Amino acid sequence: MLAFLWRRIVSSALPLLVVILGVFFLARLTGDPANLYLPLSATPEMRAEFAARNGFDQPVVVQFFDYLGQIARLDFGESLRTAQPAAQAVLQAFPATLQLAGTTMLIAIVAAVVIGSLAAYRPNSLADRAASLLSSTSASVPDFWFAIMLVLVFSVTLNWLPTSGTDGTAAWVLPILTLLIRPFGVLVQVVRGSMVSALSAPYTKVARSKGADEKRVIFGHALRNAAAPALTVAGDLTVSMINGAVVVETIFGWPGIGKLMIDSILERDFAVLQAAVLLTALTIFALNILIDVCYALLDARVRQGVTA
Amino acid sequence: MSTTREAAPPSGAAAMEVDRLSVDVRTPEGTAHVVRDVSFTVRSGETLALLGESGCGKSMTAQAVAGFLEPVADVVGGEIRLNGSDLLALSAAARRRLAGPGLAIVFQDALTALNPVFTVGTQLAEPFRIHERLSRKAAKAKAVELMERVGIPEPRSRVDAYPHQFSGGMRQRLLIAMAVALRPSVLIADEPTTALDVTVQAQIMELLHDLRAEQDTALVLITHDLAVAAEHADHVAVMYAGSVVEAGPVGDVFADPRHPYTRGLLDSVPGSRNRGEPLRFIPGNPPDLRAVPTGCAFRTRCPIAREDCATHRPELSETGLGRAAACHYWKEAAHA
Ligand code: SF4
Repeated sequence: MLAFLWRRIVSSALPLLVVILGVFFLARLTGDPANLYLPLSATPEMRAEFAARNGFDQPVVVQFFDYLGQIARLDFGESLRTAQPAAQAVLQAFPATLQLAGTTMLIAIVAAVVIGSLAAYRPNSLADRAASLLSSTSASVPDFWFAIMLVLVFSVTLNWLPTSGTDGTAAWVLPILTLLIRPFGVLVQVVRGSMVSALSAPYTKVARSKGADEKRVIFGHALRNAAAPALTVAGDLTVSMINGAVVVETIFGWPGIGKLMIDSILERDFAVLQAAVLLTALTIFALNILIDVCYALLDARVRQGVTA
Repeated sequence: MSTTREAAPPSGAAAMEVDRLSVDVRTPEGTAHVVRDVSFTVRSGETLALLGESGCGKSMTAQAVAGFLEPVADVVGGEIRLNGSDLLALSAAARRRLAGPGLAIVFQDALTALNPVFTVGTQLAEPFRIHERLSRKAAKAKAVELMERVGIPEPRSRVDAYPHQFSGGMRQRLLIAMAVALRPSVLIADEPTTALDVTVQAQIMELLHDLRAEQDTALVLITHDLAVAAEHADHVAVMYAGSVVEAGPVGDVFADPRHPYTRGLLDSVPGSRNRGEPLRFIPGNPPDLRAVPTGCAFRTRCPIAREDCATHRPELSETGLGRAAACHYWKEAAHA
């Protein structure tokens, strides 16, 4: 198991490095921060002083290696905007995103397992067809459009739910619904598909021939087998959800990492942007490893590197 | 074909009687009558071979008896009595209680019939957990015993291994172990050796044979292999196009077939009956079960068919002591 973990960590390290590199250079393409932070009337001396203070006077490559050195010392620089340490800004925003994404994913998985299993239990039944209509619609609705419709109906017209903020349960409803819609639809389809094949697999018949009741057959034998593909997809969906948080957080004014990223791009706040992207990448990296570990725990063949 | 096996063991009580069982399968092109009025009896300590080519309805019969028909298939008539009680009249829960101690089945596909994500120990312990409510530990001890009994080497260390760590033959042994865990009155083995190589096949058949004797189980052996039936069965029921066409003690039937189909089948494999003669094959193919010929289903391929074979369906009727055939002209078939 440890060897397995180590293999996964090493093979994920390279993409992480690419991300760090990419963000660093792309951020600098957005323009010179001095234009934003200094008055139009700033003298060349003031500009030079600003650049020197923030290290912008060095060649980009030198800046990059300095930056790597800082990261190694867990120093992520300061926000240009607030002079607050970038790490602090990012860590403050991150829990809001994690809570949102975590809650959404939990709801999506539980709902998908229940609905997908029910649908798979009797393929082509009325319940199955209803589930498939619901899930295919839900998987293909564009989330930004859905978010705007939700706001129009529930906030503007009915005035039931707030359009932004994090106060109270009501504030959670619209962001969660928006984030939920696609993963839910996709997961229902994946769970249904893998449950249909698990429920018609020979080992399911064998389980029944031993006198196992339907509960044991579905949740013991079949679901455990269906869990692996569903888990892979759930992992991918979680990753894209963390990315999708940018849209949702912007629309609903959710003070998470997505909103922080957008704000720091607009403000050319390089240190914060870099720290935010790095943390997101690290989270995704950790998530992928977590998924692999779950996968290996679920299936001995993965753990032992068998491909049969 | 060997007909020199020792006399059939003294017949025990009828463990299972199947009476005029019929199964239909709904297909887009119409209803197929895949099992038509199949009757047979199997006694404790005895092996009955359900013999026939693929598509003759033998596997479907087994699935119907075990209660594992696909949703498109329905039992449309008949009774299946296990130790006297009609299985088809029981509730789902009552049938579940019999699955294991009453009736067990060994499926065809040894390679996929074990659940890949659980240890074999967990799977072997399941019958004891479900039916006898044993603790995990006690059930696992039983699992080790079972593995030992079916000839798995080092059962104590291998009980925690996963199915993919066993060979095909060993997996089939594990499946058999699971099936016989609760000493079933009736054990159905559906082509139990299909996926295995020849030497392993013989060992598996030997194991089934021994277990049957040990547990006084009634064994229903579904097979297309005449040699397997000849060697391991006491009685045989030959199926064609969904019906039993001939039944009787296996030695008698193979030495002196009384249905033209059984004859054709025996003539098409090398054996003592036709030594020195060229092999003969039955002309034509089995009928489409959505459009079975009127009268006798075999008439389109039968060398001695006459006019009334097309108008009257022959019933399975007695042709001698313990023997039956479904042919109007069985006397001619016997002496042709
Ligand atoms: S009933 Fe007629 S057609 Fe059928 S097997 Fe006998 S002789 Fe042949």
